[in-house]
Amino acid sequence: MNYTVLNTPLHNIDGVAKVTGRAQYTFDVELPNMLHAKILRSPYAHANILHIDTSRAEALTGVKAVLTGKDTLGIKQGIWRRYKELCDEEILTRAKVRYIGEPVAVVAAVSEDAAEEALDLIDVEYEPLPAVFDPMEAMKQGAPQIHEGVERNINVTRHIEWGDVDEAFAKADYVREDWFRCSSQAHVCMETHCAVASYTPDGKLTVYTSTQSPYYIQVLLAWTLGLRENDVRVISKYTGGGFGSKFELDSAQFCSALLSMRLCRPVKLVLTREEEFIATKRRTPMVYYVKTGVRKDGTFLAKEARVFTEGGAYTSMGATALYLTGFFQTFPYKWPNYRYDGYRVYTNTSPTSAMRGFGAPQATFVGESQIDLIAADLGLDPIEIRRRNAMTPNYEVPGQATIQSCGLLECLDRIEGWVKSRGELPPNRGIGIACYGFMSGGIFNWFDSPYAFSSALVKVNIDGKVDLFVGAQDMGQGSNTTLAMICAEELGVRLEDIRVHSGDTDVCPPDLGAWGSRQTLMAGNATKMAAAEAKRQILEFAAAKMGPNVVYDLDIKDRWIHLVARPERGLSYFDVVREAIRGKEGQAIIGRGHYTPHRKGMISPAYSFGVQAVEAEVDPDTGKIRLINAVTAHDCGQPINPLGLTGQLEGAIAMAAGYGFTEDLPMDEGKILNPNLVDYKLIRACDMPETEVFEVETHEPEGPFGAKEAGEGLTNPTAGALANAIFHATGVSVKELPITSEKIFYALKEKESHDR
Amino acid sequence: MERKILRIRVNNEDHELYIKPKTLLVEVLRDHLGLTGTKRACSTSACGACTVILNGMAVKSCSILAVQADGAEVLTVEGLANGANLDPLQRSFLDHGAYQCGFCTSGMLMSAKALLGEKARPTREEIRQGIHGNLCRCTGYNSIVRAIAAVTDGRYGEERK
Repeated sequence: MNYTVLNTPLHNIDGVAKVTGRAQYTFDVELPNMLHAKILRSPYAHANILHIDTSRAEALTGVKAVLTGKDTLGIKQGIWRRYKELCDEEILTRAKVRYIGEPVAVVAAVSEDAAEEALDLIDVEYEPLPAVFDPMEAMKQGAPQIHEGVERNINVTRHIEWGDVDEAFAKADYVREDWFRCSSQAHVCMETHCAVASYTPDGKLTVYTSTQSPYYIQVLLAWTLGLRENDVRVISKYTGGGFGSKFELDSAQFCSALLSMRLCRPVKLVLTREEEFIATKRRTPMVYYVKTGVRKDGTFLAKEARVFTEGGAYTSMGATALYLTGFFQTFPYKWPNYRYDGYRVYTNTSPTSAMRGFGAPQATFVGESQIDLIAADLGLDPIEIRRRNAMTPNYEVPGQATIQSCGLLECLDRIEGWVKSRGELPPNRGIGIACYGFMSGGIFNWFDSPYAFSSALVKVNIDGKVDLFVGAQDMGQGSNTTLAMICAEELGVRLEDIRVHSGDTDVCPPDLGAWGSRQTLMAGNATKMAAAEAKRQILEFAAAKMGPNVVYDLDIKDRWIHLVARPERGLSYFDVVREAIRGKEGQAIIGRGHYTPHRKGMISPAYSFGVQAVEAEVDPDTGKIRLINAVTAHDCGQPINPLGLTGQLEGAIAMAAGYGFTEDLPMDEGKILNPNLVDYKLIRACDMPETEVFEVETHEPEGPFGAKEAGEGLTNPTAGALANAIFHATGVSVKELPITSEKIFYALKEKESHDR
Repeated sequence: MERKILRIRVNNEDHELYIKPKTLLVEVLRDHLGLTGTKRACSTSACGACTVILNGMAVKSCSILAVQADGAEVLTVEGLANGANLDPLQRSFLDHGAYQCGFCTSGMLMSAKALLGEKARPTREEIRQGIHGNLCRCTGYNSIVRAIAAVTDGRYGEERK
């Protein structure tokens, strides 16, 4: 297709605001008469709260209010709203703390310093309880009970099965079993969780906050504070990163709102980096068992997986991660037989939840590592074994999903070509590959939203400028630009003609927000539909004016309204819009669009695919890893915003390489030992490998202009590809993330003594 | 609490402020002068979001007392452009998509600006070194390196007004 806007390297529409420092984040919001708040957090991993005395703190100069769980409605909330038993978290707990860092009290004062000082004057009497930190321990009979009535601390279980797994294992030429451990990871958004809440005497609450889903936060605040949904306005113009950490109700939002309702003054609450590490949610650690049966030619026959996840203290989005890791454990291959059992287990650690990839990076690390081990055992080529089993277009995952577009085989060809082009590698270097796929938004509605999953409204003004209203949220991934491009393409105008309104629940239609890679497809479809409706109105007027033969079609391209068959014959978009609005009694032209998936299986309406090759070098003396290249062949359907796409790809590599070998959250008795950016090691500029991408274009029938997911799924392959690169470079397989130098060093030592 | 007089020149404007001695440079910029383009993301000088240029050198303004900058000249992201004429680095960041959420961007630009002040033609490796103290969780840095390299390669020079 020839597009005038799509797939052209345009500046993001918020670019100038961002490179000039004008973009105003919640962190920058100052309101008149504003107070500052700080949270007192639990030093215990598990304890009853016997008594809280706030009188000394209240007496401190500058302190305006000190609130505890007793000042709340005591609502146990959760994002899985449809399932009451999974709503288990009071943001300000009343009776019991279940992890170190859990909010216990909150102070508002005239300055941050005064609020901080007041925290020391709150006297809390705790009764410490026995605590448990490891899911395997927490499941044992007699382990400390974290939530009343939850037997063996098992929070959620998941079972997926198709085919006859046992029979297939019996027929397999080769069966391999492995255990893996996948670590946690902190999101490390550059902007920490923060909110400025302002409640006014007319009963209205406005909350500025850094979020991925203004709609979710609006609903969750209204619920927990006893307000009417539309008396709560959530504003989030710029979000300084999300990555899965910012679509649940958080302590900054809830506590600032609670204080503001008490005081009728604006209250600002910004989490420190340390609070961000210890008391916001994180990637779900998993203990993974996989058993795989194959034919000797490498054909996959059956897989069985069992997963035990460290859930932390509350459900949060962990229930979804548990399902998705089980589903994506089969990706992107044709498994005739599969059985999965997942257990999410409560522990006395900070809750684990969604993070970019959402269970799939864990699944991909495990699955792709094991494939290379099987290939090595059977003397097969790693690319060949993958090609033999790769998903193809229109493949049905039994009972779960139907794949429509799928460019996986072509991706494998492109990566094979690149691997061959590297020739003979120097010593201690290896190339590992990993295949992956990901969803384009989730189908499940555990939130129980009564609204369409995505909605959009397009308004064409007298000067041809177009207002696009979307509830979709831009957290840096560039969705406002992507949606503006879709709107401009559909309507036949230029990107600069579009003005996007997002991040404000008073103005924008409800939308589930930015998570699970849903916006390009879902909000994109809603936007395209709204733009098409506006365009239809313009073309009706143009047809009446031009009086073409009734069989001729009209279209708009680059602001030119014309006969499709005779593009030179037409009218200026601007002239027609001006007259059309006059012709409609002065009403603006308005189009509405919406999207909710129907009959698209259990998981998602569409899937992206890709193959990544990572070339890494290992220092045999120290185990130190250096990344050389990360090359990705990528099928995201029709690319929309190429600059954004490259950015998503490279950013995902940095984050996923961090997951693979540098980032870790070691704990001692539930206490995170490295809650700062000195000791928590992110990939920095000098650590990044060269990156290259081959776009394999397919057309996804369910996506707007054939587009599908293009950002989150890219976090899936890197840890697995890196593990395989290390395996091929050194002969050692490390089955525990992160693959630190230390682990490689000891594995090499062991191999040496074994070989000797 | 005791107050001190701070005389400081920020983005070519002179300011005289009465501040608490413990006030950090980043607090003077953001809270006293309203220059919120400079961010804070760790307060341990590990992330670089607060990077500004102090007397020609890139510094992390969360780790400097404002009184240490008494009499100094400071450049922040707000001082990079001349009216509507963006700095070549800003234009190149736009062209290369060298930002996503944008929260690290100000600091990243200031580190790059300081690097270019020290060295007109840094190598790719030196560019990486130059922004090694700035964390970015979104981009993976490579687009930022390409953006800076495009400026040092002279691709934005001739357009300068």
